[in-house]
Amino acid sequence: MSRSPRTSPSETVSTRALAFFHDRFDLSDRALATALDTALERDVDYADLYFEYTTTDSVSLEEGIVKSGDRHLEQGVGVRAIRGERQGYAHSDDLSIESARLAAGTARAIADSPREHAPVSIASHAPPHDLYPVTTAPTDVPVAAKVSWLNEIETYARARSPKIKQVMASIVTQHKHMLVAASDGTRTADVLPLVRVNVQVIASDGTRREIGYQGGGGRFELDVMREPARWQGLVDEAVRIALLNLEAKPCPAGTMDVVLGPGWPGILLHEAIGHGLEGDFNRKKTSAFSDRLGQRVASPGVTVVDDGTLPGRRGSLNVDDEGTPTRRNVLIENGVLVAYMQDRLNAKLMGMAPTGNGRRESYAHLPLPRMTNTFMLAGEDDPEDILRSVEDGLYAVSFGGGQVDITSGKFVFSASEAYRIENGRIGAPVKGATLIGNGPDVLTRVSRIGHDLALDEGVGTCGKDGQGVPVGVGLPTIRVDALTVGGTEG
Amino acid sequence: MEDVAARALDAARRAGASQADVLLVEGDDREVRVRGDEVEFVKQAQERGLGIRVLVDAKGGRTTAVVSTSDLAEDAVARMAEEAVALARETAPDPMAGLPDGGFANDRPELALFDPSDRDVPLEARIEDARRAEAAARASDPRIVNSEGSQASSGFARVLYANSGGFLGAYESASHGLFCEPLAREGESMQRDYWMTAARRLADLEDAASVGREAARRALRRLGGKRVPTCEVPVLFDDRTAPSLIGQLASCANGYSIYREASFLAGRLGETIASPLVTIIDDGRLPGGLGSKPFDGEGQPTRRNILVQAGRLETWLLDCYAARKLDLASTGSASRGTGSAPRVGTTNLWLEPQQGTLDELIAEIDRGLLVTELIGMGFNPTTGDYSRGAAGLWIEGGEIVHPVEEITIAGNLGEMLASIDRVGSELRWHGRTASPPLRVARMTVAGE
Repeated sequence: MSRSPRTSPSETVSTRALAFFHDRFDLSDRALATALDTALERDVDYADLYFEYTTTDSVSLEEGIVKSGDRHLEQGVGVRAIRGERQGYAHSDDLSIESARLAAGTARAIADSPREHAPVSIASHAPPHDLYPVTTAPTDVPVAAKVSWLNEIETYARARSPKIKQVMASIVTQHKHMLVAASDGTRTADVLPLVRVNVQVIASDGTRREIGYQGGGGRFELDVMREPARWQGLVDEAVRIALLNLEAKPCPAGTMDVVLGPGWPGILLHEAIGHGLEGDFNRKKTSAFSDRLGQRVASPGVTVVDDGTLPGRRGSLNVDDEGTPTRRNVLIENGVLVAYMQDRLNAKLMGMAPTGNGRRESYAHLPLPRMTNTFMLAGEDDPEDILRSVEDGLYAVSFGGGQVDITSGKFVFSASEAYRIENGRIGAPVKGATLIGNGPDVLTRVSRIGHDLALDEGVGTCGKDGQGVPVGVGLPTIRVDALTVGGTEG
Repeated sequence: MEDVAARALDAARRAGASQADVLLVEGDDREVRVRGDEVEFVKQAQERGLGIRVLVDAKGGRTTAVVSTSDLAEDAVARMAEEAVALARETAPDPMAGLPDGGFANDRPELALFDPSDRDVPLEARIEDARRAEAAARASDPRIVNSEGSQASSGFARVLYANSGGFLGAYESASHGLFCEPLAREGESMQRDYWMTAARRLADLEDAASVGREAARRALRRLGGKRVPTCEVPVLFDDRTAPSLIGQLASCANGYSIYREASFLAGRLGETIASPLVTIIDDGRLPGGLGSKPFDGEGQPTRRNILVQAGRLETWLLDCYAARKLDLASTGSASRGTGSAPRVGTTNLWLEPQQGTLDELIAEIDRGLLVTELIGMGFNPTTGDYSRGAAGLWIEGGEIVHPVEEITIAGNLGEMLASIDRVGSELRWHGRTASPPLRVARMTVAGE
């Protein structure tokens, strides 16, 4: 399933990242090797160094003016030593080889006895792909350009409707350099751009006030979002949702058939099954999906993949934060559970291969198995037919956040745009619908799969163990039979 | 640290800022996790962070920028200050932007924010705490078969805030925690739950073995959980779920949400917004409180704010900016991280206790739900609409009859607050927000 490393097109991105750390922080291969040698003076199985230098800029507008600009510089090194299931971790915000060596001395303390070892010899491992080449780092776009763009967003949003009372918008850009070197001699580096545009509006009709939000972004040049069709589309959506919510009626409560629209409703997959298929929970057997490889966990026709290799997507990575190349991992194939997502530690302990899912929020965090872009492949049904097939139910098109209890498998996600379905037709909009279900069986109740697979707009952030990482989701229109809908109307 | 702050303020002034402030944080953190008999990880770090906010005079007000870095070298700080001023010059003047006009904290209250001797406690002792919690959980019942582990953490911090208005203040604090998350299994049912303790001093942590036993008790009682039919019933929140409601109410009284009219409470100051049983206080000077600090993120003295008195909304929570926007005075509620301008936050926030233990409150319910865990983010501060996933225990005839899961509870926070008809007597702190158990007269429970 892995993509074979060819003559790498991304030799350049890796080379650029290495040169950055070498020139600014004196991180030569020799220096990296000596820091790793320090960790290996005890009987550890594995050690790695993770260097990070990230600039994050944020410019935001409210009440018609750009009130503030923020620039946040994050730099440091994290050193990990592993022995069996045991991990020692130390990190420092001083990005230098001396700090790495000191941290290595601390991290190795999880192993007791000294050991002789052969010196580490570093070899370059360039990422097999270059998924987000940019010529201008998004953080290098002049602030003045972002400010005038935000003003355009404000003007455009207010012109949509006199009911729009507040516009809040922000442009967040990030430019990250990372380098990871491990005791097996592998050393990889990457440069990661990330952009995100957020639009939130408050609409009022004199009696009710409602909020509408839409955001979008990915790993690409900021210019991609600057296309009028792209950013005006976000504003149109935010305005449309706020105005729609002014008309929304209380949501029904109880069990009913639910049709999920394409795109962001893929958060269902993320919460209901994605987390439960992460290697750490399955290695510890604390997941509702533990020991279920090879079993049916979804209806025939349901294929779910986690793919870190989609060009420019928010959840994509050339290599994960342990240096493993990302790839397309099929998790559920035609309804059968076929794979877990792994980082190095859990893969090794389970006798499996790493899948390119070892991720961390920053140098100050331990890697964990995490999702990248998680979606269901398209089926053959016409979305209109799927809606017509439901006599009395709910059509949910857009969602806020969700959460899952890995062990019991119970998950929730909250709709920000949903409608009643009455006799196969879309009826009145309803507000505040929370859907709750049981991860291991929800996909067995998928009865129709549309041909309209879409990925989300690029806004997802996943939280686990207090670490946030950017992710993507996707879904075609699907029908799920008998899901519990949490509204207020009995 | 004082030198770094003085240098940063000076660099900002030289770069052209008319006002500036600086936040410096130094942290020393340790975290360990034990799972079964094994130490799963040991994490140690020393971190520093510097945040500089600059305000630059411009026609019609001041422009603002915030920069942050962990590089405290003299030239790096000077460069950051210059970058901040350059960034500020690109933003729009705001007539309300600026440091507080005065009123800076000039007292030094004794808040018991740390115990110096805790610094000498070796890492091994925290590993031992985690081991004891883990062992107690696993030994408490044969159905406790697994766990996500037990985690102990100790963090020490030194915070320094200085501004060009002449204020300079610093304090040291610590926070220690112990968290245990066991799994119970019986037949097909597998459930997890957790218990935790947190305090400023190690001596104030709950005993490790009792944390483990309580976590196990909570996981065990969820075994065999099932759905209930969709219904409208009284809903009792325990002392772990009730604080989330109090926190949501406070977020809707945040001055920023008020001037943006993004809160369902906007325009209701002085009105009755909750049942007469509801009195909510935010006090930044509670001795030993996890949210206590001598001054806020703008150097204003922290204080005791009565947010809601017997159901009446008494105040918004305000920093200087939100206060100016609303033509009011700061409530000492500025919260500040190195990476951002001041915002409004709570300190130690709680609902005042009334009458009755949790058992007594359960005994009063003929048919209803005790909520012990909430998941998901189904709360809309603009409308107060509330719909969240829940797990808990079903009550019939004043007694718990079975665990409940895969349900949602829904209502509107405004209506929920107004219909609180019982508030218990037991107030326990597990974090910065606390509440005794409370009962909402009726909510929609969605299940089968």
